[in-house]
Amino acid sequence: MKIETLVEDVGVKLLQLAVTKLPQDVKESLQQAYREEENGAGKTQLEAILKNIDLAEKTSTPMCQDTGVIIFYIKAGAQTQNLDKIEKALSKATIRATKEVPLRPNAVNPFTQKNSGDNTGRYVPFIHWEIVSGNTIEITVLPKGGGSENVCSLGMISPGTGVKGLKNFVIDTVMNAGAKPCPPNILGVAVGGGADIAMKLAKEALLRPLNESNPDPELAKLETELYDAANMTGIGPMGLGGKFTVLGVKVDYAHRHPASYPVAVAFQCWAARRASARIHADGTVEYLTHKVM
Amino acid sequence: MATYKLNTPISEEEIRNLQVNDVIYISGTMFTARDQAHRRALELYKEGKKPPLEMEGLAVFHCGPIVRKEQDKWMIVAAGPTTSTRMELFEDEFIKNFKVRVVVGKGGMGPKTTDAMKQYGAVYGAFTGGAAVLAAKAVKNVKSVEWFDLGMPEALWILEVEDFGPLTVAIDAHGNNLFKDVQEKVEENKQKIYQKLGV
Ligand code: SF4
Repeated sequence: MKIETLVEDVGVKLLQLAVTKLPQDVKESLQQAYREEENGAGKTQLEAILKNIDLAEKTSTPMCQDTGVIIFYIKAGAQTQNLDKIEKALSKATIRATKEVPLRPNAVNPFTQKNSGDNTGRYVPFIHWEIVSGNTIEITVLPKGGGSENVCSLGMISPGTGVKGLKNFVIDTVMNAGAKPCPPNILGVAVGGGADIAMKLAKEALLRPLNESNPDPELAKLETELYDAANMTGIGPMGLGGKFTVLGVKVDYAHRHPASYPVAVAFQCWAARRASARIHADGTVEYLTHKVM
Repeated sequence: MATYKLNTPISEEEIRNLQVNDVIYISGTMFTARDQAHRRALELYKEGKKPPLEMEGLAVFHCGPIVRKEQDKWMIVAAGPTTSTRMELFEDEFIKNFKVRVVVGKGGMGPKTTDAMKQYGAVYGAFTGGAAVLAAKAVKNVKSVEWFDLGMPEALWILEVEDFGPLTVAIDAHGNNLFKDVQEKVEENKQKIYQKLGV
């Protein structure tokens, strides 16, 4: 099979998997939250979420009406041929999935307000490239909903305040967001780099499985600290009160300019959709986040 | 915290019996209305005309559904709630004039709506944001659609529902507003959290 046809098919499959079925780590985390939530209203919301994802899975329908803006992350093996064909193939996959799954058309021209109708447009779907060694292609799709996107925040805080300032900014951002991003949320937090790099890293951090803690013990500690703090707010599931405002916090960083201290907070909602697959050189496909029969 | 099953038309008495944190399920008739449908209904009322539906005792749903036509029948594909704050502009007049008893949406509403609910007897039922499949499953039938010229999401979809919920009563007819309470608690917790984080 030609690489472009294979990538297109895998792209459609990944989109379909992502919007209809949550990865196991997210599902388990929601189940745990349901078991442990003590606030009645919050628990009712978690129960509804679990029922909803179960129904979505059984009927192969999107778990949320907002199927997001489509973003791909690719790790391309340096030995792979025809990498120039991938972008086109994933764009085609997006158009097909929009019809077949179906996905809600979510790509709007910001000047004319015209919706393209097929989830593609200028820089949409966006593709993040990373060249790695080897000869496989790993594709991850992140359909990103608008409600949780609208509360993402970047703070160019004073370097003097350092980590304290970072904590302060993150927790204020969570409190300001309240019920808007459909909590319980996953937070991606990144510091350093520059305005663009901080936000890129924060969003990418959302792709890390919830049950994997940070390999850097200092960052793992910070993640726990921010997790506890966010869940002390009392915002709770859907902002109706309770102890599960977030399911997890994922932190990343880059070195920074001496004069700046960019802090980015990316939000993901309970519908924390993502799906990955690895395409091997012989054309076999391995799905990494979902079981595929 | 109690659970109630309500059938439309819902009486003012049934509504006044509810408290915040109660859970309700609605069976009967429910209709969707977003900004534009609210505006149009209120304009008609001002002109002394009637909207195409007798709304007294019904539930209004802040939702822009995805609907598909199969043969001659409309089918709801997804029907999650939209953010209700956009309707804060209209809801008090809407409750006053049309006597809807339940407002369904996500994210809660403000003081104007809370006051109108207290005065005229209505509650706000919070439905889980994004839970589109759960909502669609409770819709048994699309009875009709009005004002289709507003576009699919803005039109007035009149739905027959069965056990639509769970809806958490987040504003009751006694002036209580759960979202406001939670916000106040968050504000209270702020200093404690700052202390814990050492900021
Ligand atoms: S924030 Fe997430 S769950 Fe809520 S409506 Fe948007 S995509 Fe759906």
